[in-house]
Amino acid sequence: MGRIASRKALVWTGFALVGVALAVLPLALGAAFGQAWVRVVNLALLYAMLALGLNIVVGFAGLLDLGYIAFYAVGAYTYALLASPHFGLHLPFWITLPLGFLVAAGFGVLLGAPTLKLRGDYLAIVTLGFGEIIRIFLNNLNAPVNITNGPQGVNLVDPLKLGGFSFSTRETLLGVDFSGPQKYYYALLALTLGIIVVNLRLQDSRIGRAWEAIREDEIAARAMGINTRNVKLLAFAMGASFAGLAGGLFASIQGFISPESFSLLESVMVLSMVVLGGMGNIAGVILGAVLLTGLPELIRFTVVPVQQALFGRVVVDPEAIRMLLFGLALILVMLFRPAGLWPAKLRKREFSG
Amino acid sequence: MTGLLLHADGISKSFGGVQALSEVSIVIQPGEIYGLIGPNGAGKTTFFNLLTGLYRPDSGNFEFAGARLDARAPEQAAQRGIARTFQNIRLFANMSVLENVMVGRHVRTRAGVLGAVLRGPKTLAEERAIHERSLALLEFVGLTARRDEPSRHLAYGDQRRLEIARALATDPKLLALDEPAAGMNATETAALRRLLEAIRAQGVTLLLIEHDVKLVMGLCDRVAVLDYGRKIAEGRPAEVQRNAAVIEAYLGVGVTGALAGGASA
Repeated sequence: MGRIASRKALVWTGFALVGVALAVLPLALGAAFGQAWVRVVNLALLYAMLALGLNIVVGFAGLLDLGYIAFYAVGAYTYALLASPHFGLHLPFWITLPLGFLVAAGFGVLLGAPTLKLRGDYLAIVTLGFGEIIRIFLNNLNAPVNITNGPQGVNLVDPLKLGGFSFSTRETLLGVDFSGPQKYYYALLALTLGIIVVNLRLQDSRIGRAWEAIREDEIAARAMGINTRNVKLLAFAMGASFAGLAGGLFASIQGFISPESFSLLESVMVLSMVVLGGMGNIAGVILGAVLLTGLPELIRFTVVPVQQALFGRVVVDPEAIRMLLFGLALILVMLFRPAGLWPAKLRKREFSG
Repeated sequence: MTGLLLHADGISKSFGGVQALSEVSIVIQPGEIYGLIGPNGAGKTTFFNLLTGLYRPDSGNFEFAGARLDARAPEQAAQRGIARTFQNIRLFANMSVLENVMVGRHVRTRAGVLGAVLRGPKTLAEERAIHERSLALLEFVGLTARRDEPSRHLAYGDQRRLEIARALATDPKLLALDEPAAGMNATETAALRRLLEAIRAQGVTLLLIEHDVKLVMGLCDRVAVLDYGRKIAEGRPAEVQRNAAVIEAYLGVGVTGALAGGASA
């Protein structure tokens, strides 16, 4: 009994330490390296939300989706159009964010429905097409009626505001100086934690098991009485809704969105986070998001000074190195950790022969 | 039509030019073990696939438990109380043994996304019930010790038994088994036979396709013989065994006279 109690205490101490670390992270980063790094952490949290959403579709239900970023775009535009001078609407975030969540879920069902009978490569190609269709629509819906403002995008999007409290401005609270990005960090962290809890609970539920069953063997799943149509649509809707939420936050943080932000490359990035981190494993997916957002920034911040110290000038563009290292990392992971850096127990079994 | 569990009436199905089944009618009583036998390609698995909604018949219909079975989709057949296993085992390979059975409870449980996320008392109670029932079924087929292993790590015979446990988890009235003894050795087959009899004792009706003649003859109350998509004989195993058409189907025309007296297997 004593041992169990002390183990429990250890776990809770661990949680408490992680909690404290997460709480002071933006302040420490801001003080030590500047606000740019707080922005990187915020971006990592946004990508973690996206990756967690995509993980439901790809990791749990096994449906390869290459157009996932479209739902991010839907959420971002829902927020931006309802909270910017573009239409002169300035709805509060507690309407626009949930609305983005719901509209994205609706699009998830809309885009999922025609693909229900497709699998693997075919599904990937169709979803890729859907992702592009959404982007092209956003690019061209400025005529005859200007809805999205086309390639110019939507500017001056409202930041998150709660009463008189704005997340975007510098402010001193309780004697501590908080910058805009630092305040956003806490909002992002809270929502990411919420999404993690939802994911964990879904995974270990009747619905989660049905998703996995479909991934493993669709015909057997149907023979067990699982309505694969509904269960797949549910996966698309849930995955899309998280992207919609992240999209709304993205719009509010950036203050500006345009179709350019929602290219195929972004879909590929999020998918890489899921695959590289460990498909189907929530912790792995978050790790993937943090690594793939953080490492390129680290390279950007180090490559130029290092080259200048060595050669006295910049020989290789950091942007080029970024893609090079990115490709190398993917190849290495596929070679040495095919199930991802932090694989799900199931996947580990799958690849262990 | 009371007293019948399943009435298949004039079922026909063709694939392109091949008439897989023509006008096959069978009647299964509740509590029966009914065997469907016949040479390879006779249409047995096609019959299963039609019954469980994987395909739709060209003509004919099924009546199940007093109402027409219009299974447009396998999930509806499962909902109505028909569970099946597959000739080439189709377990959820990377899920644990226990999870495989838990998936079988899906059709008899309700929790949706909200329930799963909020975990109210109703959902928790349902999850507990799923868990307990699945453990009991594993105990029943003798796989309790391996509950946490991925199902693909099980030996062949164990995989077959897990498939049966998973099917039983759907609370079927009729359990349709597609060659449950295929690839089993004599000991495993004997264990399977005891298992199937125990399932029948619990009130589940069994329909089985089987090539193991000894098993069929010993276990089934009645059998139907299919050949080239037609039902050529039906009755108690011992009767069917002596049927001239059946011997011809299995051994070819011309041997009937020579073997009719002494054929025993």
